[in-house]
Amino acid sequence: MRDKQSHPGALIMLLSALLIAAIPLAGQTPPSSRKPNLNGIWQALNTADWDLLTHGAQPGNVPSLGAIGSIPPGIGVVEGDQIPYLPEAAAKKKENLANRWTADPEIKCYLPGVPRATYMPYPFQIVQGSSTIMMVYEYAGAVRTINMGKPTEAPVDSWMGWSNGHWEGNTLVVDVTGLNDQTWFDRAGDFHSDALHVVERYSLLSRDVLNYEVTIEDPKVFSRPWKISMPLYRHVEKNAQLMEFRCGEFSEDLLYGNLRRKPSK
Amino acid sequence: MKEVPGVTRLRQTAMLLFVTGSMMLAQTPPAKRAAIPRAADGHPSLEGIWTNATLTPLQRPANLAAKPYFTAEEAAAFEKQVLIQNDTDNQPRKAGDPGNYNSAFWDRGNHVEKSLRTSLVIDPPDGRIPPFTAEAQAKAQAFREYAAQHPADGPEDRDLSERCLMFSGIGPPMLTEPYNNNYQIVQSPGYVSVLAEMNHDVRVIPTDGKVTAPNDVSQWHGVSHGHWDGDTLVVETTNIKFNNQSHFGVAYRGMSDENLRVTERFTRTDAETIIYQAMVDDPTVYTKPWTIEEAFTRTKGPLFEYACHEGNYAMPGILQGARLAEQGANSK
Repeated sequence: MRDKQSHPGALIMLLSALLIAAIPLAGQTPPSSRKPNLNGIWQALNTADWDLLTHGAQPGNVPSLGAIGSIPPGIGVVEGDQIPYLPEAAAKKKENLANRWTADPEIKCYLPGVPRATYMPYPFQIVQGSSTIMMVYEYAGAVRTINMGKPTEAPVDSWMGWSNGHWEGNTLVVDVTGLNDQTWFDRAGDFHSDALHVVERYSLLSRDVLNYEVTIEDPKVFSRPWKISMPLYRHVEKNAQLMEFRCGEFSEDLLYGNLRRKPSK
Repeated sequence: MKEVPGVTRLRQTAMLLFVTGSMMLAQTPPAKRAAIPRAADGHPSLEGIWTNATLTPLQRPANLAAKPYFTAEEAAAFEKQVLIQNDTDNQPRKAGDPGNYNSAFWDRGNHVEKSLRTSLVIDPPDGRIPPFTAEAQAKAQAFREYAAQHPADGPEDRDLSERCLMFSGIGPPMLTEPYNNNYQIVQSPGYVSVLAEMNHDVRVIPTDGKVTAPNDVSQWHGVSHGHWDGDTLVVETTNIKFNNQSHFGVAYRGMSDENLRVTERFTRTDAETIIYQAMVDDPTVYTKPWTIEEAFTRTKGPLFEYACHEGNYAMPGILQGARLAEQGANSK
């Protein structure tokens, strides 16, 4: 839908573009009158980072933390509430779940990958530039730049992957490849390989709500592509801002504690 | 903010010079202004991929004390000398010494600043960072004594960059690092987001001039707010977290405390260049504020992801080494 003039739905697209453009977004002028303005600080309001699937409340791993250490319940965000693992992968997921309190890379403050970065319980900011969109996440200072020009190929695998974006009407479509196999989708051990291919779709439902829809494809782990979707809400507080959560500092004891100097007797 | 008696006047003078000097830079003649890329809102565009790689040292070397600028020939000779020094593969090494980074790692480019200045520090005029206050000297001495006794009891004793917590690439002040001196800037109405390749450090700077309410929360990269002064983006940063390993990069063993305030000025002077200035003011640490100037030059992308914490094999190595050294000392 990059060529509006030749598309049969061009008029509808144009009208909706005008409608969207007419909504004043936090008093900002859109970067281009033809593109929706996604600038803002956004956050998911769900428990997908605990488990993409529907889950009931469960005890946590630290009894002394009682209620604040427990797992909150939540309705799933996966289409059909099922993740189509291949048989071997299903066994691996089970093993991950059993080891969730030690094996989840989030515990070590490792970069979260995509799409997990979006629905962690922390805000992220979209900075929509003229030819690049930057997404900055509070968690771990994770960041990705989305190339809105001619698509380019990932030079190497990385934690946050390689993002090429384009507009389909009023939807920002981001194609993510080059993701390494080190990240999980959630704290329940849902995982992927380095063959992961993620397609994200961001579209404004209203001034302060984005619809976030993701297609996940990984032939080494899943029998078919599957989808998640959820709303993302704008932080409308006047003083909304990302703060610094360089959590690496808080994982040092876990990672290096055994190598500390023992107090001399 | 505590004020050190006797340095107030000096500080005011330095600030005035910083402001007037920068104003001269900001007042670009109209004919030249057209050449500066601009954002849709009319402000200069800082967007793009940039590098501040430079062989110009932070402080002016002692042998160049009377020389604020190189001649072209002197610059070429200086560049050659630094590149030979960095080529550690061709230097003699003691037996058992594994050596340090070689020239494949050092990536401060091949040239000094186009201005041909002999230091990045442009104020004070001697190109040197002013001395510590008496209070800060005592603190620095105590830090040194502690570090000698406790070089690596735990990660907290190590440099912030070894812990992947904070690099001086993004700063503030933004200072040339030994490598990874690449930056990507994306600008939206009301924000400039600066991403450093070093440690994927990023600062999203509001540019609407609104000052967020002061509070006591400190962050490694501080709390920044910006405003446009004509064609120059001025960014004020306070609430900069510090510890006794806060050094302003590896080229200089600096220090800061809760009174640190950094004022940065980003001026796009042409299609290829942003002139960056930063004034460091910490009255309880430095007897005078000091200012650096560096050019950010357009470069080809892309930036790579530097997942420093995820790949930090050095930290366990350093701590394990320290434990082994203690065992060795105990068994003697």
